[in-house]
Amino acid sequence: MNNILNVSPSPHQAGSETTRKLMYGVVFALVPAMAASVYYFGLGAIIVTLTSVISCVAVEYLVQKFILKTKTSVSDGSAIVTGLLLAFNVPSNLPLYIIIIGAIISVGVAKMTFGGLGNNPFNPALVGRVFLLISFPVKMTSWPVPSGFKTGYLDAVTGATPLGIMGEGLKNGESVSALMDKIPSHLQMFYGYMGGSMGEVAAAALILGGLYMIWKKIITWHIPVTILLTVALFTGILWFADPDKFADPIFHILTGGLMLGAFFMATDYVTSPMTPKGMVIYGVGIGVITVLIRTWGAYPEGVSFAILIMNAFVPLLNLYIKPRRFGKEVKHG
Amino acid sequence: MPVVVLPVPASVTIPVSQHIGAPAVPAVAKGDVVKTGQVIATAKGFVSANIHSSVSGKVSKIEPVIDTTGYKQMAVVIDVEGDEWIEGIDRSTDLVRKVTLSREQIVERCLQCGIVGLGGATFPTNIKMTVPAGKTCDMLIINGVECEPYLTSDHRLMIEKGEEVLTGASIIMKALGVTKAVIGIEANKPDAIINLAELSKNFDGITVQPLKVRYPQGGEKQLIKACTGREVPSGGLPLDVNIVVQNVGTAFAVYEAVQKNKPLIERVVTVTGKKVKEPGNFMVRIGTPVTKLIEAAGGMPDDTGKIVNGGPMMGKALALTDVPVTKGTSGIILFPEEESRREEIMPCIRCGKCSSACAMGLEPWLLSVAAEKTMYEKAEAEKITDCMECGACAYTCPARRPLLDYIRLGKATVMRKIRERNTK
Repeated sequence: MNNILNVSPSPHQAGSETTRKLMYGVVFALVPAMAASVYYFGLGAIIVTLTSVISCVAVEYLVQKFILKTKTSVSDGSAIVTGLLLAFNVPSNLPLYIIIIGAIISVGVAKMTFGGLGNNPFNPALVGRVFLLISFPVKMTSWPVPSGFKTGYLDAVTGATPLGIMGEGLKNGESVSALMDKIPSHLQMFYGYMGGSMGEVAAAALILGGLYMIWKKIITWHIPVTILLTVALFTGILWFADPDKFADPIFHILTGGLMLGAFFMATDYVTSPMTPKGMVIYGVGIGVITVLIRTWGAYPEGVSFAILIMNAFVPLLNLYIKPRRFGKEVKHG
Repeated sequence: MPVVVLPVPASVTIPVSQHIGAPAVPAVAKGDVVKTGQVIATAKGFVSANIHSSVSGKVSKIEPVIDTTGYKQMAVVIDVEGDEWIEGIDRSTDLVRKVTLSREQIVERCLQCGIVGLGGATFPTNIKMTVPAGKTCDMLIINGVECEPYLTSDHRLMIEKGEEVLTGASIIMKALGVTKAVIGIEANKPDAIINLAELSKNFDGITVQPLKVRYPQGGEKQLIKACTGREVPSGGLPLDVNIVVQNVGTAFAVYEAVQKNKPLIERVVTVTGKKVKEPGNFMVRIGTPVTKLIEAAGGMPDDTGKIVNGGPMMGKALALTDVPVTKGTSGIILFPEEESRREEIMPCIRCGKCSSACAMGLEPWLLSVAAEKTMYEKAEAEKITDCMECGACAYTCPARRPLLDYIRLGKATVMRKIRERNTK
């Protein structure tokens, strides 16, 4: 009986989930897409990913060590996730210095200036990606064409993405059916056999990772499902109205960054709403803005912008969309 | 784990406040000889409860002692001599089914016998049995949802004393003047469900309702919703939806008081923990030191880091083991050192898991921040007073934020401010 007892308020137990486990769960869910990327784009995918992850982690570490002079938190895994997602959002032949700039913007500016994990209003990887897209428009849109595993890196053969071909062709007055012959089939696109950012092409692999996260309760279905449904519905209506001017919904769902965005970018805890109802509104917003940009905007692809725009609405959604309070509706007897 | 009856200890310490409300007033003096079942402190005021001697012997002192809450409370210390009971208590285990007492007599008997709610709140039962003017009651719910993980005392009671519990339920029905009672039991206790469902065929108006397992369903409002679909309004009581809830342990105590004239002087306490050698349910006299219970369960494991009175989610950590078992002691849990410390606090990642976990539909992350930043108006507007402190939010939080610590602080402050406002 000489134990000294610990005393603390209840609860005296904690669940098994931790921030670290959630982050590494996301990393694990990205493995299939990573594998697909290496399969399609070869060594370039590995170099880009390693550079991005190492620089994101390094930027966080250096900012905390030398500027903020606080305890470093790189072991929480969030910088690794940001690094992976940044890499997934750029072409696999991007010069390394551009990736490092992207990492400085993503982690250094979009995350650490706001106070680090949990405080950033915008998705860090997407801020980095959009910054690079605006700053290096040519390098960021010269997409390597899938060519099986190869060791070439910067000299990859490049071509346009299906969305790019479609957007350009429609502007020139070509019909959808004629353009469809110039791009891979729907099934090829499902497996990822098309040009694009290194991690966004393989829809099948991304869905696999997304389902894993839903199964493991890392994310809920609300955000990805509403985004995909909204895009399918909106493009479906347009396609139904005029199938010669508008591409079909399956084309839209399988191309560009939609899968990656719906499952991995829009679901970032910090920058997405906290209630299921808020998540649905947010998802619908992303879907609508994506289709608007793709169909009538200056860019052929709009998922990144759509997510960033909706990120800005998240504080409002959290403020006004509340969970249903227990016992609210019943009047005092 | 069947209930084991522990021998009477050499000395008991009986606090005069073991219930919600005003402490009872000692009715004995130092040196008095008392018998088992004798009143040693009488209820004072409307919300209060009688306290009885749980042993026979001599009052050695009446002084403040530290009890399970960690605060000093006035207590009567009795040195045990033999086990001589006062007259009129039926100590046999024979079942007495026929209820002969009238409504008023039942309520009076519960007051006399010091019966309080044994589900955790220890609210005097006689008050809950009286429907106030202007309110109506059409149904009794018996809470067979073991309020917390680890605890199994109610579960054992439903298996070993099923008929007594059901008779207790019909007594409470009679007092309330209702013809319907539902016993809510979670699906992880199939033996209790089968036992009571079978036995309840012989009791008019009592049915068993199996429920999905979901913490915190033992909470009154959650149980009512699960059993009837009715929602108690925010800030309201079960009677606002015409319901009274009593715990199975209370139903058993009511049975003993009304049918056997036995005051509340003993109770079943679960003693458990990962490294405890012989965990079990023990029937002990009120006032028995917790140390004796731990000895009965095979002694304190060497690496014990924390001892909790109650369940792991809502129980209170004990600073000392030399404290008495009271009417509200449902369990003693011994946590090993490695499970007794909190983990490092990380930043909130706004995952929203706390909001999903909250059974009251609150936003714990928001309440916690509001309390931390002393934004009490915001906390009140966001219904911080609806929090029942079940701990589901803090349990769920992947960042290990001390959500409930802040909410508790904020809730206490907001409630104080409301009281101040109302008295002006």
